Amino acid sequence: MKAYSVFKKDWQSELRTRYAINALAMFILVTISVILFSIGDEPISNYLTGGLLWVVIFFSAMSGLSRVFVSEEERGTTLTLQLIAAPSTVFFGKLIFNLILVFLMVIAITFLYAILFDNFIIENLGLFLVSLFLGSAGIAISSTLIAAIIAKANTKGTLYPVLSFPILLPLILTLLELTKFSMDGESFAFGWTYLAILVSYDVVMLTAGFLLFDFIWKE
Amino acid sequence: MIYTLALENITKYFGRQLIFKNINFKFSQGNVYGLAGNNGSGKSTLTKIIAGVLSQNKGKVLHKIDNKEIEAEKLHSYLGFVSPYLMLYDEFTANENLFHFAKIRGIKFDEERIKYLLNEFNLYRRRNDLLKAYSSGMKQRMKFIFALQHSPKLLLLDEPTSNLDEEGKSKVYKIVENEKENSVVIIASNESKDLELCSKLIKVEEYK
Repeated sequence: MKAYSVFKKDWQSELRTRYAINALAMFILVTISVILFSIGDEPISNYLTGGLLWVVIFFSAMSGLSRVFVSEEERGTTLTLQLIAAPSTVFFGKLIFNLILVFLMVIAITFLYAILFDNFIIENLGLFLVSLFLGSAGIAISSTLIAAIIAKANTKGTLYPVLSFPILLPLILTLLELTKFSMDGESFAFGWTYLAILVSYDVVMLTAGFLLFDFIWKE
Repeated sequence: MIYTLALENITKYFGRQLIFKNINFKFSQGNVYGLAGNNGSGKSTLTKIIAGVLSQNKGKVLHKIDNKEIEAEKLHSYLGFVSPYLMLYDEFTANENLFHFAKIRGIKFDEERIKYLLNEFNLYRRRNDLLKAYSSGMKQRMKFIFALQHSPKLLLLDEPTSNLDEEGKSKVYKIVENEKENSVVIIASNESKDLELCSKLIKVEEYK
């Protein structure tokens, strides 16, 4: 309940300041436009559109998800939060915020993709949606933890994607495979191993985040 | 509920620089304690260590309620903190700030107490204004309301009268007098008038 209150505070603050939403929206629009312009009339394979989808999702996440902690640090309110809540409360509150943001972002990107790319054809929609859900959760969990780490650094903007890349790489590679399976119309049973990897990744990152956050949060 | 605080061999370094070492002190309810020292002597560092937001290199800070140690996870429920580097949310009004703080702390938003505190610090009429429209003195008063909202057992005041006018300062002194009955009050300051309120002083510079 307290974590939900942290989320509510952040959400209300976000609606007023538009720290993350504007950055995300602009990044999504610009990236998809650049891809469309660079492709032009050239025919591209549907596998490539699937790959590009995760490139857009990864970089969009990098542009907006760090704001949960960076905005607190920039406004000097980190101490305030330390004084009113336990570290686990803050971690889960920020995680709920990033989960919502990632889900909105992924829905927007996938919707735009479906409209703008003719070759983006998903044969097994169920498998694709489950992958999208588990993948988004993984991105949100990892990004929240990394955002807390980089928030106190001077070179936040550079450090965030650099630190995130090796941590998100196994997740992105698994998602690329699952997207390919969805495009080929493979069954759930066929992609089961990869789905199990996604679930394991989410559980491991969530546990690591919960255990490590205390050390990151305190100076 | 009887609250006590004990510092045992507290030592702090920033890199290789020693800030203070082996501070041993016991604090008990009903008293006002002062942390004195020149700029850079480590007063603010010690208040942060007591508040549990900064780690010490050596030693222990023991917060106890009825002789039972308070878990680090729950310390924030017993702590009120005012300092120049504490910032509240500028994009919210005073009321919204206090509402969010109450919910995050997991306590009831006590409208009567909030009204009393806002009146005490002359902010009641401005309670629905965004904090970004407040002057630095008003923000300082707002920090006191933030610190007192949940009736803390430990009140840590780092330079409590900075940015305040004479009326604001008198209000702070009155609050300190009232709060010391049921809690431990620690004031870190250079102002002699602030330190006059204290029954015991820790001169941080003596612990080098």
